[in-house]
Amino acid sequence: MTDQRSQAEIVRQSLKRRYRKERRFRAYGILAIAIALSALVVLFTDIIGKGYTGFTKTTITMEVNLDGEMMYLDDATDEKQMKMADFVEPLLQALIKQVPGATEENREAVRDLLNPYASNELREMLQANPDWLGTTQTLTVLAHTDVDVYAKHAGDSAYSIKLSERQQQWVDQLIEKGVVQTSFNDVFFTSGDSRDPSRAGILGAVVGSLLTMIVTLVLSFPIGVAAAIYLEEFAPQNKLTDFIEVNINNLAAVPSIIFGLLGLAVFINLFGMPRSVPVVGGLVLTLMTLPTIIISSRAAIKSVPPSIREAAEGIGASKMQVVLHHVLPLAMPGMLTGSIIGMAQALGETAPLLLIGMVAFIVDVPGGFFESATVLPVQVFLWAGSPELAFIERASAAIMVLLAFLVSMNALAIGLRKRLERRW
Amino acid sequence: MNTINPAVTSEADQYQAEPVAPVREQPEETIIEEGKTVGRPFADNAKFKLRDVNVSYGDTRAIKNISLDVAKNEVIAFIGPSGCGKSTFLRCLNRMNDSIEICKVTGSLQLDDQDIYDRRRDVVELRARVGMVFQKPNPFPKSIYDNVAYGPRIHGLANRKSDLDEIVENSLRKAGLWGEVKDRLDATATGMSGGQQQRLCIARAIAVSPEVILMDEPCSALDPIATARVEELMAEMSESYTIVIVTHSMQQAARVSNRTAYFHLGHLVEVNETNKVFTSPEHELTESYITGRFG
Amino acid sequence: MQPANLLLLTIVLSMVAYGLGYARSRSLAMPMGGIRYLKSLPFYYGARAALWCGIPALIVLGLWAAFQGKVIQTLVISSLPQEMLPASEGRASLLLSKISNVANGSLPPGFAEAPILEAAERLKALREQSRLFMSVLVVSVSVLAGFLGWIRVRPAANARTQVEAILKWLFFACAALAILTTVGIIFSVALETFRFFQLIPFTEFFFGSQWSPQTALRADQVAAQGAFGMIPLFTGTLLISAIAMLVAVPVGLLSAIYLSEYANKKVRSVVKPLLEMLAGIPTVVYGFFAALTVAPFISDFAASMGIDASSQSALAAGGVMGIMIIPFVSSLSDDVINAVPQTMRDGSLALGATQSETMKKVIFPAALPGIMGGVLLAVSRAIGETMIVVMAAGLAANLTANPLETVTTVTVQIVTLLTGDQEFDSAKTLAAFALGAMLFLATLLLNVVALKIVRKYREQYD
Ligand SMILES: Nc1ncnc2c1ncn2[C@@H]1O[C@H](COP(=O)(O)OP(=O)(O)OP(=O)(O)O)[C@@H](O)[C@H]1O
Ligand SMILES: [Mg+2]
Repeated sequence: MTDQRSQAEIVRQSLKRRYRKERRFRAYGILAIAIALSALVVLFTDIIGKGYTGFTKTTITMEVNLDGEMMYLDDATDEKQMKMADFVEPLLQALIKQVPGATEENREAVRDLLNPYASNELREMLQANPDWLGTTQTLTVLAHTDVDVYAKHAGDSAYSIKLSERQQQWVDQLIEKGVVQTSFNDVFFTSGDSRDPSRAGILGAVVGSLLTMIVTLVLSFPIGVAAAIYLEEFAPQNKLTDFIEVNINNLAAVPSIIFGLLGLAVFINLFGMPRSVPVVGGLVLTLMTLPTIIISSRAAIKSVPPSIREAAEGIGASKMQVVLHHVLPLAMPGMLTGSIIGMAQALGETAPLLLIGMVAFIVDVPGGFFESATVLPVQVFLWAGSPELAFIERASAAIMVLLAFLVSMNALAIGLRKRLERRW
Repeated sequence: MNTINPAVTSEADQYQAEPVAPVREQPEETIIEEGKTVGRPFADNAKFKLRDVNVSYGDTRAIKNISLDVAKNEVIAFIGPSGCGKSTFLRCLNRMNDSIEICKVTGSLQLDDQDIYDRRRDVVELRARVGMVFQKPNPFPKSIYDNVAYGPRIHGLANRKSDLDEIVENSLRKAGLWGEVKDRLDATATGMSGGQQQRLCIARAIAVSPEVILMDEPCSALDPIATARVEELMAEMSESYTIVIVTHSMQQAARVSNRTAYFHLGHLVEVNETNKVFTSPEHELTESYITGRFG
Repeated sequence: MQPANLLLLTIVLSMVAYGLGYARSRSLAMPMGGIRYLKSLPFYYGARAALWCGIPALIVLGLWAAFQGKVIQTLVISSLPQEMLPASEGRASLLLSKISNVANGSLPPGFAEAPILEAAERLKALREQSRLFMSVLVVSVSVLAGFLGWIRVRPAANARTQVEAILKWLFFACAALAILTTVGIIFSVALETFRFFQLIPFTEFFFGSQWSPQTALRADQVAAQGAFGMIPLFTGTLLISAIAMLVAVPVGLLSAIYLSEYANKKVRSVVKPLLEMLAGIPTVVYGFFAALTVAPFISDFAASMGIDASSQSALAAGGVMGIMIIPFVSSLSDDVINAVPQTMRDGSLALGATQSETMKKVIFPAALPGIMGGVLLAVSRAIGETMIVVMAAGLAANLTANPLETVTTVTVQIVTLLTGDQEFDSAKTLAAFALGAMLFLATLLLNVVALKIVRKYREQYD
């Protein structure tokens, strides 16, 4: 009894020190979570902070006198004339009128406020409305990238402002007058890549991603489900089956770039398929996502209770009928969820696609599975490597679009799981 | 946990709603009065003084208004049908229920006249004084020596290695295991037989010299010979410890305990000297249980 | 016809075959007194006809589409005049892309020599022929086989078992694709690696401490196009992976412990999905973050402390990679920690141990093998990770352990060697495959060992 008493005393004395340790340990845990979460927050704020301006464009709106003489054009329906006509001059003249203190002498400096592409815009407008020739219209055209950067980031020391002092004053005045405006950047969503940041868009990459994903989905879902069915329902217990399973588990952990090497060596070099096309990209991503889909589909099949199988077998259904009529429909939600998650992985994948040549600079929006294309994450990679900050801005904006796609895919997967979840 | 328990509770609710339909030979709800215990639930030299204890898991009540004393250096056995709340009640005594989020304990529970559930009460110290042995032997995946030394080490009970060696040896001796393991103290504990593992767990518990040892069906995973060893051990330990044991074996309760408490659906129905409970139970539910009519 | 269109046509033909087979079985059954006198349901007769019609045609189509490109290329190359024949593989592919550019019209004919123009014409003609042959072949195979399938619709035939057997084989083929993929990987890296070691001695690759594949010493030297010692790549990969592990393992493990042992349900239900979000972010985004935010920050910060730091430091790439791997480590540790039985926890708590003592002295040692397995898997991810290092680590193959300096990794070199300026230099391209082989072997080894450990650990507590 005295023994117990004195021991209780010792325990009591040690408590303070032990609780201090306990608290410290807890604090480490909280710190770890705080680090992880703050990394997440910093990452997002950084990308949003860098990229939200990518969703706006800078335009110049002014009264343009579409004088035929000035443009060397007397019939806007004549294609030949349209090709030769001068579309810069009317815009330039209109802008000179807007810029206080600008004269013919500094026309070069004024012209540099206009986007080189603005004349193309004007040509297209005139092509659509030939009767505008000779009239005065209020038109909105793209501003030069330097103006765009200045208008958005004048105070930001990270950006180098390429406009001269005088040009900067002009732009300030034009902004005040409402001639230079920023608005929603539709160009970003409606065009392909470009050497000029203000004309660069993600449409080409998005379509490329879409085509690649279609190939991936069409191949990997049926193959993955079929493989899962075989392994869960039909595979005999033998060496071959074991070997297949080992292969699947290992492939799931093979670095993605290895699949790029496979694509390069087999699909391109051995089979002679073209480089940079969505079909090859889709094939490579299929091989990469298959293990994920097979593993999640097997889990879904496993979760179907044996009672349902037995019930169907009990009324004389063949094994295949049991699987196709009963097991498969019940396991479908789980399979779909797994596949969506696999697709989301594939959508964000970059490395293997670099090796099969989907890194090319491609202006046109791809029109088919066998046309050169790039994908959204690769587009991000390309822009991120550019020394121009205006491209970095586009890259961040593209990341936001990519993340939006991924978030909605994951939300779809979660929603599907919640909605179709069955309790046995 | 116990899968049949919810069924038992819901049946009971049904009876309450419709007392006139005794489908089975089990008219308990009409017989038990909440908070009323027949026999001698109280003692003079109480180690534990428990009054109006209620425990609930979320909305289900598992312990209904129980009052009981556990005397110093006595062995008290808790018996009763599965799911009646024996383990729940036992785990209140050293607050092992704390780790279950939904578990709520109310009432007054005192150890040596100090409240167990007091907010300022230190649960580590409490558990150092009230040890516990579980249904399934749960040795740590360490050596035999480290298992026994674990408690003294964390509490800083030994200043020198030789002290620790002594504690380990004494505990293993008391648990009747020393002879079997003294040559392989460095072997991992998980390699021992079930009975040895359970005695190791007992040695581990007594290594911190607790005042009370709680045992939740300590022999249910053991064969008869191992069970006999553990029972012997309990008899020896009863000299220096207060022991509360939950058991499903009425013979075991009869063999080892001074008093026996019969639980039923969260009620404490009857507490009495062990031989009295088994020879002439006062409550008819106790009688039906020990004569094997249900349980 | 384009392969895609041909594919569609085959599918349509199969559907027709299904309809015909179905109808035939019914019309055969009617005079006998109904479909119950058939051995199988009409559906199976139709399905069998459809499978007969579709599968052989699809196999022919697949094989043709896979190999026609290579065959045509070989034919075109061999038709070139003697003096134009390419000396090396690299030359050949350059030449081929030129020819096909002319053929596609993306390179104006004026820019190419006469033999090239001829070859381009030949290429066009061959493609045309191949397409025609393929279409005829596929359609006739499909019609013929479909017809056979249709003819064989007889009431006594057990179409169901046949359809099921075919389906089973199809399913098996899909599962066996995993083996094929592994074989493909091994084939693609092993072959080129073998050729690489014919050019570059074994010892130079494994023990050389110089890596500069870009610098040719002399134009006429075949073997010595540069230095191919992989030690600096190896150490660079290790350095970055080690930094990543230093971030990911403590943070991932401690947050898993906190979430499973201390946090209440509410906190868990918020924090866990947030952590998983880190895992869902594409690596290119991490690369962007590392290269454009973290790396400049580190070099500025170091400069303000008076330390010299490269603008592409290993620390930036490794640190961000660590953040990426946090959820991987934490979810694996979470699984492993939860697999330790609750009785273990109870046993320790009942002795009066605090939660942290229980964690540190009982649960963690018990879970250690499982956690080690998880960490090995994480290491294998770190060394195979590509985009972060491509964007944030440099190209300079420095042999250093200083995290503030630039290092390069195996994956970075693979990407650079295979994507850089399109000049194909044999040893360089082959080196990329040799590096790929090393990477594949290393990750394979790590994965096999890790999976084994984890499995063994699981079994222990089953
Ligand atoms: N963790 C828990 N969560 C919710 N309910 C619980 C929990 N543990 C026990 N219960 C419920 O409390 C009641 C009493 O359970 P307890 O484990 O105390 O019974 P017992 O008498 O020990 O049974 P047995 O003899 O089978 O061990 C049961 O109805 C059970 O369902
Ligand atoms: Mg119990």
